[in-house]
Formats: sequence, structure tokens, C-alpha cells
Amino acid sequence: MAAPDIEKPRYKYIGADRKRVEDPRLLVGRGGFIADLKMQGLLHAAILRSPAPHARIVSIDTSEALQIPGVVAVLTGEDVKAHMNPCMNFGPPTIAQYPIAVDKVRYVGEAVAAVVAESRYTAEDGVEALVAEFEDLPVVTDPRKALEPESALLHDDHGSNLGYERTFEFGDISRALSDADLVVEDTLHWGRSAGMPMETSGATARPGLNGVLEIHCNSLNFSYLQFLVANALKIPSNKLTMQPVPAGGSFGSKFTAHKVPTLAGFLALRTGRPVSYVEDRLDHLMNSDHHGSDRYYEAKMGVTADGMITGLDIDVVDDYGAYLQFGVGTHGNAFSQAVGPYTFRDLKYRLRAALTNKCQQGAYRGFGSEVHNWVLERMVDKAAAELGLEPEEIRRRNFIQQDQFPYKIPGGNIYDSGNYPAVLDKALGMIDLEYWRTEQQRLREQEGRYIGIGLATTQERSVFSSTEFWFWFDEPAFPITSSPESATITIDPTGQFQLQLHCQSMWGNSPETVSTTVVAEEFGVEPESVNVSYADTAHALPGTGPGGSRYTVMVAGAVRGAGRKLKKKLIDIAAHTLEVAAEDLELVDARVQVKGAPEKSLGLPELAASAYFFALNLPPSMESGLEESYTYDHPYTTLPSPDRTDLGVFYPIVGHACHIAVLEVDPDTGQTAFHDYVAVHDAGTVVNPKSLDGHVTGGAAQGLGSTLYEELAYDADGQFTSSTFMDYLVPTANEVPPFRIGHVETPSPYTEYGIKGGGEGGRLVTPSVVSAAIDDALREYGMRVRELPVKPADIVEAVQGAMARS
Amino acid sequence: MTTSEHSTDLDTRYGSDTRTVTLRVNGRGVTREVATRTTLADFLRDDLDLVSVHLGCEHGVCGCCTVLLDGGSVRSCLMLAVQAGGQEVETVESLSPDQDRLHPIQQAFAEEQGLQCGFCTPAMALRAREILADGKEWTDEEVRQEISGILCRCTGYQNIINAVQNAGRKLRGGPGAARDETKGS
Ligand code: FES
Ligand code: FES
Repeated sequence: MAAPDIEKPRYKYIGADRKRVEDPRLLVGRGGFIADLKMQGLLHAAILRSPAPHARIVSIDTSEALQIPGVVAVLTGEDVKAHMNPCMNFGPPTIAQYPIAVDKVRYVGEAVAAVVAESRYTAEDGVEALVAEFEDLPVVTDPRKALEPESALLHDDHGSNLGYERTFEFGDISRALSDADLVVEDTLHWGRSAGMPMETSGATARPGLNGVLEIHCNSLNFSYLQFLVANALKIPSNKLTMQPVPAGGSFGSKFTAHKVPTLAGFLALRTGRPVSYVEDRLDHLMNSDHHGSDRYYEAKMGVTADGMITGLDIDVVDDYGAYLQFGVGTHGNAFSQAVGPYTFRDLKYRLRAALTNKCQQGAYRGFGSEVHNWVLERMVDKAAAELGLEPEEIRRRNFIQQDQFPYKIPGGNIYDSGNYPAVLDKALGMIDLEYWRTEQQRLREQEGRYIGIGLATTQERSVFSSTEFWFWFDEPAFPITSSPESATITIDPTGQFQLQLHCQSMWGNSPETVSTTVVAEEFGVEPESVNVSYADTAHALPGTGPGGSRYTVMVAGAVRGAGRKLKKKLIDIAAHTLEVAAEDLELVDARVQVKGAPEKSLGLPELAASAYFFALNLPPSMESGLEESYTYDHPYTTLPSPDRTDLGVFYPIVGHACHIAVLEVDPDTGQTAFHDYVAVHDAGTVVNPKSLDGHVTGGAAQGLGSTLYEELAYDADGQFTSSTFMDYLVPTANEVPPFRIGHVETPSPYTEYGIKGGGEGGRLVTPSVVSAAIDDALREYGMRVRELPVKPADIVEAVQGAMARS
Repeated sequence: MTTSEHSTDLDTRYGSDTRTVTLRVNGRGVTREVATRTTLADFLRDDLDLVSVHLGCEHGVCGCCTVLLDGGSVRSCLMLAVQAGGQEVETVESLSPDQDRLHPIQQAFAEEQGLQCGFCTPAMALRAREILADGKEWTDEEVRQEISGILCRCTGYQNIINAVQNAGRKLRGGPGAARDETKGS
């Protein structure tokens, strides 16, 4: 059955499969990446990283290193202590972090010293020549043991390894579970993976004119948070300009990645010369600002005999590693869609954030919502299996219905709109499940082969607002409510368009394609003709930056807002020139014309010439020039209630997806192979279908990595065992199946053009669907995926364990 | 007590050993004095400003540093510049360095959106040139296999496969075809 067509307005440019305007420069190898930036007198830094998971730094002998010709300086924690404040930190102030470890190291790979030299080769020679002595301390690796009173302490000032604890209850969970006919329980572990872009983080800093420090970096969000970097460097914020540089991928890993630019800035200040620091892959694997979530769950779900979910009880310990830089925001993302697409009203969520001797956590595509979705869908599948319901059936019975939107979920967030049955039906229409279920039987019986069918859904929350930074606390220090985005459109004196975006937002998404598409839609010029630039922080208007699938929605709002102001000015100039009323004019295909008499019109070059050069022809009191800016505030934010029984609206633009996978599993080797994979997404109005498909595919590939291949592993002694790409397995083309993609479009009522975010959805659902397919393939062995990644050896072990028991 | 590892060999000459290397890069003869320890990747990026050669791992796994050496793909992070002496190196600029006049392979990547961040893209485009060089038609599965030595974190590979197939059609002729005129230059 096909999904019903949902009506939306017709646009000329939005929704068309257009080529990306970013691509020509990338295709000739001129992406302007951070490592490509050269400047006169540039020095290079390399870092000595801790070989010990937890140790006091006894001494660092720099004498040999400083003798090497070309080594300019060696800086250690002592220098940092003397000249810096701690790095920006949204966790407790008692958990301070510096870009170079001060007094002790808390994980393998933490920076111990920086060598600055005339070339990167020489800087690495300098690192080799350093002699550092450490006094080992007891190591904390298991996050649950970390919380026991006898555990060694990571941060003496904090007094325990518990970074944060709180239990939120929405509704009445004990009633919900006691009213249930069946309560399913499970212990689940989501292991550590990371965004792992092909380009690492990097920054080049230089002392500029008037004592201004310039930092060029490929991290994001510094229009919003630049003042925090300045604070760490102990300089006034107007003496720091952060210059945005396009990123070669991020997926969360460059989201507010502050330590690399802060360190480069510090090295430039101390040496008085330009300094570049670009992580190598080993740096990035063991010390990137952001490893992803690493969570241990005890979960309970209640269901009635006919499959209606009554409630969900979550007890989660999250292994945040050694620092808590963003607080527990990754769980706010879980709250934003805690009940998934389902109608149940009772939810309990106990969170403990544990500190261990591992790299700190941060952002990875999904920002923690993908983990919660995996747990939710694992529990739904378990309930379905025990009730004898097909996975599509239990989900369909529990879906929030179309007439219930906007829908307020337990906890307070809003789902703006959706049509979940339509997405499910579209996915079911793209694959013949009946055929595959018969084939599954046949292959099992006739050929001894095991295929499994997985089906899972996800919500795709998008467009976060800043209240989620602080609703955790009863008395937050800085209860911020702004998370805007800005754009400036200029029509130059010859009628050509310049568009300025006010944050770094090129990281493999297509901010320039999206924003020029909006300019095209509003003005009738071709997107490729619009030139796009990014403002540095000295010039930037308010801009929060990309993340949480917010940028497409937010920049479309900003560009359209600026476009409206600029159109009004063009029409006012034309009205004055043509001596007609402004109401009688319209802008069509880059001309302002009289409604019903299009031959009476003025083109943009004529209007621009008036605006710049003929002030006496302008309406009285109009300013010269054609430039307008607009700051688009978050479209829908509300305050949390004082008692936090309602967290308010903080992530209201919510898409949906359903994936179905047919996977063969070899029980003898644990190898997996896809026979088919269908992915249907509803991200509201689609701006560029091919780009969205690309993001769904790329996200799904990453989800597959987190499910089957990728693991940032530490051994029991705290040694990091994934320090190369030979150990950390990014899926190659051989591992990623062709995904067949479909779309449903339910426009958002709250955003310009009805766009919803779509950047993360692929990764939000693959782990659930692949886990389900593995279980289904090996059902006769009682297979149940409880821990990710699930590696071939885990599958073989589960099968052999089952055979030994039978 | 843990002590950081370090080399005690103070006689290491810290890159002072140099050689003269002569090679062809994108059709032009190049002669340079280089430190013997300089990798081919760093030589191309730092000495010749060919920053299209991207470094994703510097240990031979990601393939982002792929260049063509006498027409065959190699990982330029795993080779020394001096080892390339007497040979022909091609970077993506050998397709086209001009954004307004893209080579058919680059056009195909744009049409199919076979890239997102663009970091693996020069390597993928060069690999495409290599496998399409003899005009053979590949199945999608074969293309998947042929590009599997280069990691792409953005695309999930499907649009890259589509781009290689599209480029193959363009280069072989037929509707919308164009010849790879730069080949063998
Ligand atoms: S940089 Fe050469 S293979 Fe990764
Ligand atoms: S396009 Fe980003 S790594 Fe391939």
C-alpha cells in the first residue's frame, strides 16, 4: 500500500534535485581545509600524549627536545596553569579541563606537552626527545564500579566519580508497569564509537594586528561560544577573532570542539608566532574532543496483552570518560523523543553520569538520541516477540495518530507534525515482506541458511533550543533561551548577490546549496550565481551553528527573513521610481514589476544602481545600499516548569523514519550480509532530494558501523586499543549495502517552507533494525543483541553457547 | 612508574639528509631537493602546493591520499618522495584544476552528488580514472569492490558508485558522453 500524497505548496527551486554549489571547488581539490592554510613564518605543533591512564606527572625533561634544530618551544601543564583558565565546560566547575594536562593525566592520550617547531617533522622529533615521568594511580575503567565509594577518584575537587545524577519521572511508572499484562526487562550496553570524519580537527592561530589573536579552525559553533575560548586564553573577547574554515566532515566530532583551537591559540600567544596544530589520526582516535555515548542500561517496558505499551523505566549509567565538557546534554536528546512515535504516557529515567579514565564524550550524529532509540526499539521488539506480534503490528498499534499533532510527549517536548502510518506503509510497500518471510523459512529448511528481517522506526528530533543546556538543574547558573541563526543578503551595485552566513557550517552538509536555494526561491535568480561567505566572529551576527539537525531549518528561516526585508526595499525603490503604489508591485524572476502589467518593470541592476549611486532618486529618508540581515530565533521554545515535571519545548521539529532490513547471518563465522534494505524518511519539506538521500545513506552507514564494526575500546587496565584505522573499523564500501530510500513529506507547521532537519536520521535507526534482523535470523538460538558493537565473535559465541545448552 | 617512550639516539640527523628527486607531476617535469624522510604526500602538498592530496590517517588505511603513479593508484602517505623519482604522478588536478571546466569524472561526481565534505573526493576521482581507463563496463558490485580501499565517512558510498558508473558512460560514449581528453597527456 502506498502512502497518501500529502499536499504542500509547489516551489520552483526547493525540492528540485539540483547540483550542490559547494561541489566544483571540492572536485578540483580546493576545499580550503585547515591543513591547506599556509602563512608566512608558520610553526607546527605536535603533542606528547599520555601513555598512562591515570597518573601524576612527576617531571617532563625538555632539554633534549629544545636542542633539536628547529624546535622553538615546549609547553607543558605548568605553562597552562600559569597562563590559562580552564577550557569551556558545561559540566560541574569541579571537573576542570585544560588543553594540556595539569598535574595529572586522566586517560591514555591526554596531552602532556606540546612541541612547537619549524616543521611538523621537527615537532615530532621534539616529542620523541621528551622524557616524561609519571607516577601511576589506580585506574577506573568500569563506569559502574567508578561509582562505588572505594573507587579511585579522577577529580579530587569533585569528590566523587559521579558527574551528575537525577531521576526524572513523567506520569506514574509503577502504576504503568503494574497495570501491564507483561513487563519485559533487559540489560543493554551501547559501546563507544565516534563521528570519525576523514579530516581531523585542526587550527592555525596567529597574533594579528592590534594585539588581536586570530584562530582559524574547522570546529563549529564559535559565533555562539567564541567568548568562552577567549576566557580560557585570558584575553578580552574582542581581542580574539575566530575565522571559520570548512570541515572535512564532523558528524558531531567538530561540534564545539574547543581544545584544538584553544591549544593553537595558546601556543601562538606563548611563542608570538603563527602556529598550526592539526591532529593526526592517532591524536584524533584517542583524544578527539568527542567520543560518542557509552551507556549501560537496565530497562523495563510494560505492555498490555494486545500490545499497547504502558510505560518505560530506564536506569542508565553513562561512561562519560574523564571530563564532562557538555554536561549530560546527550540525555536531553533522549528526552526530546523519549517515547518514540508511541502513545504511552509513563516514563521514568534515572541517569548517572560516571567519570572514568577514558577520553571525554561529546557529540556524535544523534547526540544520544540514537542510543535511546536503540533501547526503546530493542524493548519494543522484545515485547512483540513475547506477545507473538510482528514488529510492524506492535508499532502500528502504538503510533501517535495524525489528528493528535502537535503532540506533547511526557516530559514536555512537542512533536510538531507527522504521519507515522504513512511512513510505515511506504516502507512496507517498497519491500515484499511476505516473500522474504517465506524465503526465510525455505532457506532455513532447504539450505540451512539463516536470514533475518528487522523493522524499526525512529523519531528524528531536529532544531534544538538552548533550554536543554540547563533544565537539568534546579538553579541553573545561566538559563539561556536563545539559539538563533542569521543571514545577510547583499545585492551589489551591479545586481549580483552576496550571501553571508554567520557561523561555520560547511562540514559536508550543504549549507551553501540550501541557503542559495532559498535566495533563488525568493528572488528568482539561479542558486549558482549567488556567492556565499562565512562571517568571522568579529563580524558575525548571532549564530548558534549547525548541530542537532538544525541548520537547514534555521538558515532557511534566516535567509528568507533577510530576503523579505530586502524585497521590501527593492519594491519601495521601484514604487518611488515608477510612481506606483508598493502594493501594486511584485518581485518575479529578479525583476520588480507592476502586477498585471509586467512590461512595466525594473531589473535588479537598475534598482541596485539607484540604491548605491543615486541617493536623490531614493524615497526620502531611505538609506543607500542594498543589504539586509535577519536573525531567525528558534521557532518554538518554552521554559521548563520550575519543578522540572515539564521540561518545556526544546526540540519540536520532529521527523520520522522506518527502516526494514533483510540480513543473512552465518552462525559459524558470525559474518553478515544484506539481501535488501529499505529506508523511508519524513523530514518535512525536502529541499534537495539527492542531498537528503546522501545524508540518509551516510548516516545509515555510520549506524551500521556503530552496530557491527566500530569500537573505541579500552582494556581492563585503561589502555586504549583502537589507536589506528586498523583497529577502529570504519565501514568500507564492501560493508555498506545499497539502501533503497523513500520519502514521505509532512511539512512542519512551525518552520519556513515546512522544512524539518534530516541530517541524523539514518544513524538513528540502523542500529535498531540491524540488531532486530540478527535476532530474527538466529531466533532458534535464542539470539538477543544486548551490546553494541556486535562483532562476529559475539555472534558465534552466542550460537555456540545456545548449542552447548541444548 | 611509567615513562614516555623516546628515542635515545641523539645522532639522528633530524631530517638533514636530502636528495635531489626528478619526476613528472601532472604532466610537468619537476626537480627538487627533498629531505629523504619526506613522504610523497607531504612533498606534493608542501613543496608543490597540491593540497588536493588529503591526509586522513597517514598510516595507509584510509586511502584519502591516493594519487596515480604511472597510472596506478598508490597511497602517497606510505611512500617517500624520493621513491617516486623518474615516475609520473597524477593528482586530481590532472583531471581538471578548473572549477568551471570539470573533467567528465568530476562532472559525474557533481551530478550524482558523489561527495559531501569532499575530503575523500580527489582520491575517489583518481581511483575512478584508474578503473575506467580501459573502457571496461563494470557492475555496481564490481565498482563497490574497486573503491573499497578508500574510506568515505560521508556518503555511504552509493552516490560514489553512481558517479563512477555515470563517469564510465560519459567516457565510453553514448548519450551525454565526453572523451577523457586529458588521459595520457
Ligand atoms: S592518509 Fe594515506 S592512507 Fe590514509
Ligand atoms: S565526502 Fe566526506 S569523506 Fe567522502
